[in-house]
Amino acid sequence: MIEGILIGLTTALTLQNILMVMVGCFFGTIIGMLPGLGPMTAIALMIPITYGFEPATGLILMAGVYYGAVFGGSTSSILLNAPGVPGTVATSFDGYPMAQQGKAGKALAIAAWSSFSGGTLSAIYLLFMAPSLSKVSLSFRSPDYFALMILGLTAIAAFSSKGQFLKAMMMVVLGLMLASVGQDSLSDITRYTFNNMNLTDGISFVLVVMATFAMSEALTIILKRNDPTIAAKQVSLTELGSIKINKEERTKMYKTIPRSSVIGFLIGVLPGAGATIASFLAYGMERNVVSDEEKEKFGKGSVNGLSAPETANNAACSGSFVPMLTLGIPGSGTTAVMLGALLGFGVQPGPRLYMTNPEIFWSIIMSMYIGMVILLILNLPLIPYIARILAVPKNYLIPLILFFSVTGIYVMSFNNFDIYLMIGIAVVATFLRLYDFPMPPLILAFVLGGLMEENLRRSLLLSNGSWEFLWDRTLTACILATTILIVIWHIYKTFTKKN
Amino acid sequence: MNINTTKIISLLFFIFSAFYLYLAYQIQVFTFDEKAPFNAKTFPIYLGYAGLFFSGLKLILPDPNTIKVEHKNLEYKKTGILILIAIIYGATILKVGYFLTTSLFLFASYYFLGERRWILMFLLSFPFVAAFMYLLHGILDIYLRDPFLQSIGVMG
Repeated sequence: MIEGILIGLTTALTLQNILMVMVGCFFGTIIGMLPGLGPMTAIALMIPITYGFEPATGLILMAGVYYGAVFGGSTSSILLNAPGVPGTVATSFDGYPMAQQGKAGKALAIAAWSSFSGGTLSAIYLLFMAPSLSKVSLSFRSPDYFALMILGLTAIAAFSSKGQFLKAMMMVVLGLMLASVGQDSLSDITRYTFNNMNLTDGISFVLVVMATFAMSEALTIILKRNDPTIAAKQVSLTELGSIKINKEERTKMYKTIPRSSVIGFLIGVLPGAGATIASFLAYGMERNVVSDEEKEKFGKGSVNGLSAPETANNAACSGSFVPMLTLGIPGSGTTAVMLGALLGFGVQPGPRLYMTNPEIFWSIIMSMYIGMVILLILNLPLIPYIARILAVPKNYLIPLILFFSVTGIYVMSFNNFDIYLMIGIAVVATFLRLYDFPMPPLILAFVLGGLMEENLRRSLLLSNGSWEFLWDRTLTACILATTILIVIWHIYKTFTKKN
Repeated sequence: MNINTTKIISLLFFIFSAFYLYLAYQIQVFTFDEKAPFNAKTFPIYLGYAGLFFSGLKLILPDPNTIKVEHKNLEYKKTGILILIAIIYGATILKVGYFLTTSLFLFASYYFLGERRWILMFLLSFPFVAAFMYLLHGILDIYLRDPFLQSIGVMG
């Protein structure tokens, strides 16, 4: 492991990679601050550029964007009560009241230190947990992988949003259907290509991500007459006040950060869950463990109430890398985008990644520490200036997002069929978004589609077509039982809410 | 049963799944593979049924969270124009080349979104695309075909 850490450090500390982390954090913060444009859009826009780099460098850039976007989201939560990403909604509960009391600078500093600590602690957990889990996951067989993918897809649907389970499951199926276009991996028989040569290799992953996120978000903003830059314009006008944290506040944070980082990390590891659930859980738990006097302050500008969700959402980001790096199965929409990018580099994530490509595995983990430090050093003093950059009028922002989307596809395929296909998918996605059909389950399913079919094929062939493989192995049965429990819990929650 | 747009979308998805399933059964597999426990059409068949199942449930079950979209407040005209510009961009990029089409695409998009600061519009289209093209082509070594720039001798 020590050797791996050293390899990772050597890779992560090259000038180019440090620069990439800085660019990623900066760009991610900008996108994250814009309500509606989350980390998935930010990473999607970066993918075509990353293909010009080594896989490790490309991934380091994307990881930086991810952290930056989560951090940027908390800034708009605190200053404007307008969370840039769902993972920072809980941050606004106490961050915004604090800002209204003239302590915006302090709230931002608490958020920055909590994010830094949460991210750093969970990167340490990841450092120890990932290799061990990789060893455990070597014992995984095809039925286990198939069951795990079912669990991931069901969980992301169940956790997507309130009462939207069926819509999310429809998006899962649509994602799998899109993934089935093109040649069958074993027999080379073409499916759903309608004799079009451009579809023989299937639909590009980058195309689907760009269409369903970047392009459809740009179209949704125009269609709904939203202006995400309004928030940024207000940020630059806000008086931030002092960013100093006093001793009493620090003492409170010392207690909150470790427990919230553990919750955040564990929730992040679970497939389907993520920063949003982690931050709400950490907020709820913190409220239960603090003194009655402190409990009264929750929702009115509590230091614990702000620190807990900020620690947890960053810890969850690191945690979500665990299933992706060790099992090759992403636990969230964002890591699904990163997995797709990894596959594009020709790197197959999974239990053997840390042995076959140690420089990628360890450099991502090491770059997380560097990313956290850079976020802290760069972003805290620069927030008002970043906000000014963001005050770009919508009339420029939207065409630029469209430009990056179309260019991204064009430089990858050099044909106009892909541009038309992207426009078509983006139009459908925009329409579906209007009626609250979630897109992350579609992306996760699209990325997992090929792997899922492959593992189902192997399982069925080995069991001579019998579905007994689902309960033959204890591990498979346990994973499927968890899936069933999640569905039952979701149905129970829906019914109790109605009553 | 209350008919709303979500139900109509579910119905469309149901029809789409039925069509997908029909095509799945039409996939030609090798003769020796027809009776195999798993062949090229097995997974699509399962997906077709899954699509029918979930969209069917969405159609039948009551919808507690009815989404109401105020179509009057939606900006269809500008969105439509942007989509049209993107389609024209796609149709011309191979023939004309990356630089000119992309610059014109950006310029036209700014214009139709209501921007009238001509100098800024120009700076954020032609020089911006040139700089981006230099980044891709010159620094990252990503080849960009451009017949227009080749015809005027800027690109080799």
